[in-house]
Amino acid sequence: MQSQLPLYPEQASNFAPQVDNLLLFIVTICLVFAVGICAAVIYFFFRYQRRNPDEIGVPIHGDLRLELTWIVLPFFLLMAMFGWGAVIYVDYRHTPTDTLDVYVIGKQWMWKLQQPNGRREINELHVPLGRNVRLIMASEDVIHDFSVPAFRVKMDVVPGHYNTMWFRPTKPGKYHFFCSQYCGTNHAVMGGWVTVMEPGDYATWLSGNTTGDPIAVGQQLFNNLACSTCHQADGKGRGPSYLGLYGSKVKLADGSTVTADDNYIRESILQPNAKIVAGYQPVMPSFQGQVTEDQIAALTAYIKSLKDQPAPGKPAAGDSATGMK
Amino acid sequence: MSSATTTPATAEKLPREHYLNATYGIRSWLLTTDHKRIALLYLISVTFFFFIGGLFAALIRIHLLTPGGYLVTPETYNKLFTMHGVAMIFFFLIPSIPAVLGNFLIPIMIGAKDLAFPKINLLSWYIYLLGGAFVLYSFATGGLDTGWTFYTPLSSIYSNSAVTPAVLGIFINGFSSILTGLNFIVTVHTMRAPGMTWLRLPLFVWAHYATSLIFILGTPVIAITLLLAGLERMFHFGFFNPAYGGDPILFQHLFWFYSHPAVYIMILPAMGVISEIIPTFARKPIFGYDFIAASSIGIAVIGFIVWAHHMFLTGQSTYSAVAFSFLTFLVAIPSAVKVFNWTSTLYKGSIAYDTPMLYGLGFIGLFTIGGLTGLFLACLGLDIHLHDTYFVVAHFHYIMVGGAIMGYLGGIHFWWPKITGRLYPEFLARVAAIVLFIGFNLTFFPQFILGYLGMPRRYHDYPPEYQVLNVMSTAGASILALGYLLPMVYLTWSMRYGKVAGKNPWPATGLEWTTDSPPLTENFHETPVVDWEVYDFEHRPELGLKGAIGKKPAPAHGDD
Repeated sequence: MQSQLPLYPEQASNFAPQVDNLLLFIVTICLVFAVGICAAVIYFFFRYQRRNPDEIGVPIHGDLRLELTWIVLPFFLLMAMFGWGAVIYVDYRHTPTDTLDVYVIGKQWMWKLQQPNGRREINELHVPLGRNVRLIMASEDVIHDFSVPAFRVKMDVVPGHYNTMWFRPTKPGKYHFFCSQYCGTNHAVMGGWVTVMEPGDYATWLSGNTTGDPIAVGQQLFNNLACSTCHQADGKGRGPSYLGLYGSKVKLADGSTVTADDNYIRESILQPNAKIVAGYQPVMPSFQGQVTEDQIAALTAYIKSLKDQPAPGKPAAGDSATGMK
Repeated sequence: MSSATTTPATAEKLPREHYLNATYGIRSWLLTTDHKRIALLYLISVTFFFFIGGLFAALIRIHLLTPGGYLVTPETYNKLFTMHGVAMIFFFLIPSIPAVLGNFLIPIMIGAKDLAFPKINLLSWYIYLLGGAFVLYSFATGGLDTGWTFYTPLSSIYSNSAVTPAVLGIFINGFSSILTGLNFIVTVHTMRAPGMTWLRLPLFVWAHYATSLIFILGTPVIAITLLLAGLERMFHFGFFNPAYGGDPILFQHLFWFYSHPAVYIMILPAMGVISEIIPTFARKPIFGYDFIAASSIGIAVIGFIVWAHHMFLTGQSTYSAVAFSFLTFLVAIPSAVKVFNWTSTLYKGSIAYDTPMLYGLGFIGLFTIGGLTGLFLACLGLDIHLHDTYFVVAHFHYIMVGGAIMGYLGGIHFWWPKITGRLYPEFLARVAAIVLFIGFNLTFFPQFILGYLGMPRRYHDYPPEYQVLNVMSTAGASILALGYLLPMVYLTWSMRYGKVAGKNPWPATGLEWTTDSPPLTENFHETPVVDWEVYDFEHRPELGLKGAIGKKPAPAHGDD
């Protein structure tokens, strides 16, 4: 990239400088210890070289004060490293609310990605500069991992549930992304390029060549799979309504409450009996093996598009702007 | 105590009768219950697996010379690194020091005639061979391409390689570890010689006691986990595959519940070896004996509650990640305590640079780097970037090769005179130790940088900007290979032609150095009575050293 022997990859996201600063902090502390220990070993080695083959060393058995010092002092330094690392990680795991959502599906051995307006890409990801981007990721087979070294981020892509990750690109350019979790034969070539574009360029790029709005696809699936037979808009069918569902709190039959997010919708399609909505019977069949990851994503997009519709028996959920159309 | 062992080495003869010549014939070896002969059987078998694993490593490094891959197909490459890991971890590193040096030395160090259960000890070796045979069968019939971590559902459903025999082999081999651990614990509790109190136990024994705890508490978990993965593969039980209602992350929890402590199985015995070598060649008591002994137990205990630090990016809850990161930082403290104490032991010592000491000092440096880079990975913010890159590969090779194998080789050299009764050629051995140190660093240090640059592990193909560092690493590996071949040659040579060592060539203070080299089948002519403190040179006039209280007149002792 930059020189023949760079020491760190390019810094192209909000996390990159944070991670690099933390690295510098830890490297400094570790260098002090490593150099100190090596210097002591080398100095003692030459200073106390055996001069006479029969000589013995000075019998010293230990020193409690020293022992306590080298237990307590490193403890505080370790806690500093721990704390700093935890702050970055917590930030990374808490996605901001105003994200641009891209669906990512990993399968042996390719990545399928879909922009919010339905534009699909394979092994390529285009994102606008300066915008918080969230990747919502699923796997169709084994565990994969989506990793962008220039952004200093990665996350496993696990079959059976969605994982999400986020970042904010800060520098236009083309950067590698890799599959970082070993996934079989062509693991090493299951990667591609992230292209960070100026927002204007991104908008132009996005409007070209759309292959089907996921919301429309989801709506069609909703009818074709006969979801609509039970899940009626007024909530009077055998299943609960889907209007205003996404992001709302759902009361369950066991008295607990969950937030209806991507994973909840996914689980309700694949394992309908895992969480039963209060007031309904566990009668829905599982769609495990009958819908693909793409179709689940489309169904979710459709339900998500109705998040601001008034749920039956409830006032409107408000009219906050969202990233979804 | 018998007479001082200070006559010049050239005049020495091997004892007339010892464990190697007590009986003859292949049956006397294959049916032996002598812990020393069983140790030698293990020595041969783990060396065999080391060379198989090493061969795979050599092919991996040659393949990575060029970005597109130089040598083999992707399928073959994936099998190479998987089989390298399986052979090295389960069949070399885990048994190496405990089953070879531990087996040979623990009874002698505590003044016993054998382990508590000699027949079970032999059984452990046969179980190891049976497990090894299953794994070799897997290697020979299609190979194994799941990674040594066997992550599901790749291993349980999707892989097309010979996974079933391999997991059965590792399952079987687990019993060998469990029985060895059990044997060591019972032996240390019940068979110590008169005067051998717990606080007079060599630190080598403490380290093996801690290791044995992990053997018996951890190994059943990995055994059953791999069995479950095998059952899912054979009969499609839904344990780990979400399509059958299982959870792939559950496998990782179970796998690392053992496999993280397993890292301490590999490193604790090496730390035990170093704790013997350093006081011997600095000729003074080890600094902070109780802290080093307690830190072994501390590592074994805390090591059991850090496993999920391998899983920070699987989507585990943020709180759980923070808790496991905290616990992981804690485990750094007992490791650091050992390093500080070893270093302090050198202060005002009488330091020699015999080969075992070169390994000992090399170990301190390499283990320090390996341990400190572990902090980078324990640190949540950095792990987001470093997880599953070459940084991890470099880190654990510093621990497992720089630490465990350096400790193993140091120990083999240190106790070689006791095992064979003969000395190895000192000059060649020093050269080999230095070649290994240089080759090792050149191989693995560039991988830290590769990792920070983002190169993922387990890649048969990589972008061209990573080539320079890969070439450096391969160059280092060829030096490293030479460093491993040298001891093979001169140690074998020395078994027949080496100078006769005598009882205590260094001299060292442990009980094992008071008996013949090689020892009798029963280890001691009469039950020893320990009336000295551990690592005490000062009150041991029979060692014939100056500065000892109550010094006996003795001819000069040559130290190599």
